[in-house]
Amino acid sequence: MEQLPPYKIFPLGDAALVIDFGNLIDESINKLVHAVFYQLQKDPIPGMIEAVPAYSSLTIYYNVLFIRKKISRHETAFEWISEKVKKYLSRETIEMEDSGTLIRIPVCYESDYGTDLNFIAMQNKISVEEIIHLHVSTTYRVYMLGFLPGFAYMGMVDEKIATPRKQFPAPVEAGSIGIAGRQTGIYPLNSPGGWQIIGRTPLKLFDKEKNDPTLFKTGDTVQFNSITKDEFENTKSRNA
Amino acid sequence: MSLKILKAGMLDSIQDMGRFGYQQVGINPTGAMDKYAAAIANILVGNNSHVPVIEMHFPAATIFFEHPALIALSGADFSATIDGNSIPTNHAVIVNKNTTLQFHSLKNKSRCYLAIKGGIKLSKWLNSYSTNLKAEAGGFSGRRLLKDDIIELNSQFDHTNQHDENDPIAIGFKTLPWQANEDFGIEDTAQLLVLHGAEWNWLDKNSQEKFLRNPFFISHNSDRMGYRLASEPLQLITKTELVSSAVSFGTIQLLPDGQLIILMADHQTTGGYPRLGNIISVHLPMLAQLKAGDKIQFKFTDHPTAENLILKQQQHLTQLEIACKLRLENYIHEKGHNE
Repeated sequence: MEQLPPYKIFPLGDAALVIDFGNLIDESINKLVHAVFYQLQKDPIPGMIEAVPAYSSLTIYYNVLFIRKKISRHETAFEWISEKVKKYLSRETIEMEDSGTLIRIPVCYESDYGTDLNFIAMQNKISVEEIIHLHVSTTYRVYMLGFLPGFAYMGMVDEKIATPRKQFPAPVEAGSIGIAGRQTGIYPLNSPGGWQIIGRTPLKLFDKEKNDPTLFKTGDTVQFNSITKDEFENTKSRNA
Repeated sequence: MSLKILKAGMLDSIQDMGRFGYQQVGINPTGAMDKYAAAIANILVGNNSHVPVIEMHFPAATIFFEHPALIALSGADFSATIDGNSIPTNHAVIVNKNTTLQFHSLKNKSRCYLAIKGGIKLSKWLNSYSTNLKAEAGGFSGRRLLKDDIIELNSQFDHTNQHDENDPIAIGFKTLPWQANEDFGIEDTAQLLVLHGAEWNWLDKNSQEKFLRNPFFISHNSDRMGYRLASEPLQLITKTELVSSAVSFGTIQLLPDGQLIILMADHQTTGGYPRLGNIISVHLPMLAQLKAGDKIQFKFTDHPTAENLILKQQQHLTQLEIACKLRLENYIHEKGHNE
C-alpha cells in the first residue's frame, strides 16, 4: 500500500472506536479495511476485544480496564488506543493480500421463491429473465457481514436491477436472496427484512453446529447460478 | 444436581457477560442486559462474574431445587419466596433440597438475575454461555427456559445441616446475613450520560437542544434488542445515506421517523442509521432495568468521566468479591465446627 487514504477516528461509546475511511461503497477502500482487519487479527493491539470490518470502516472494541491498568493516570484508554491505531496505520506494510475464496451459490429464481421479481421487472422496465441473467452474470464481493449471523452484504448488482428497499419489512424465509440498492444479500435465518426478494438458495448459510458457523467471510467472492425447483428440493433434502 | 422449571416465565434465559469475537460474521454479543446485577448475583454466591446466570423478566419462572444450593438474586425485586417464605434480593440464600422458588409481583426494575454457586452445567457455544435467541444457539438449547426443563448444576451445596432442628435450613432455606449494596437507585427520571456519536452534528440546532432538554419515554416496542423512545421528533440537516457500519450496546440511533432507538444487548452487529451518541458503559445497567413508560434524559459527558466510572465500578465489585468470599468462607468454617 503506497499511500493510505485519509481517515477519521471517532469513538463508538467508551469502549470502542471507529476507523472511518469515508461514507462510501468502494472496492479498494473495502480491501484496505479488510487488510487492516486481517492484520489486526494476526497482530492485535493490546486490550483489543474484537474488530468488525464494514464497507468503509473498521470498529475496534477494547477493554477499558485492561488498558487503564497499563497506561499513565493522565491518559484515557481512548487516547491511548487511538494513538496505537494511528501508529498501526502508519506502518509501511499493510499487506493487501486478499484471502477471499470463490463461493458458488445455487439459486432457484422461480416465482415461488423470487417473490419480488415481478415488482422489480415492472419498476425497472425489464424482463424477469433479464433480471436473472444480470444477477448470475456478475461475481460479487462480500463487503461485510452484519444484520444477522452470516448475512453477507455483497455488491454491486447491475444498475438495471438496482432497487430500493421495501418501505415496511416483511417476513423473509431463510436462504432468500435479496436486492437493496446495488447490494445483494442472502438471509441466513427466517427474519423480517426489507430487501426485494428474487430467489432462494437451498444451501445452509448459518450452521451453529460448525466451528465456523457462517458460510461467508468478508472478502470472499460469490457467483450465483440458476437452478430449477427440482434441483433446489434435491439439494435441500441432501443438506437437511 | 439440578433444578427444574415448574412453570415457564415470560422470558427467562441463560446469559453471561456476552459472546465476543464473532461480530465480524454478524453474530451479536448478547449477554446479560444488566451485567452489573449479574456480576453481583455471582459474587454473592462466591462465583466469578463470568459464570452463567438466569436472567428473568416478570412474570418469572417457578423453579424447583432438587438438591441443596447456594443462590442469590440481584437486579429487579420480583417478591421472591422459597416455599412461601420471602427471601430478599442481594443476599446469598441457602436453599434446601425439594424447595420451590417463586416470584409474586414486580416491586421495582425489570430484570432479575439468579446465580447458583458452582454454576450451571452447560457447554459453551462460540466461547460463551449466553443464549442467542435469534440464532437459536448458546445457553439452554438456544432458547428461553420452558416448563419441565431440567437444568443441571455443576455442584451441590453441602453445608446444610438436616439434623439440627434449630437450624433455619431445616425449614427449607436460610438467608445469609450480609448484603451487597448494588443499588444505583432509579430516580423519577433516569439521567443517562452520553458520549457524542459520529453523526451528532447531522442534527439541526433545534433538535440538538431538544435531545438535551426533552424527556424521552421508553415505548412498549422495546426488548432485549433495543429500546424505542418516544418524544418530539428530531430532524437532520442532511439527507445523506449512511453505509452500514458496526454499532454497540448503548448506541443511540435516529430512525427515519425522527424517533430514537437505543441498542441493547441483543442488538444487530451493524446498522446504517445516524448515531447521535452512546450511553456510557456504567449507565447501561440502569437503562437495562427501566421499563415501558419510564422517562429518561440525556446529558453529555467525556471520556475521562466515562472511563473513571468504569474503574470505580470495577473497584466496587472487587471489594464486594473479597468481602463476600471471606464471609462465605467463615460461615462454612463455623458450620463445620458446629456439626
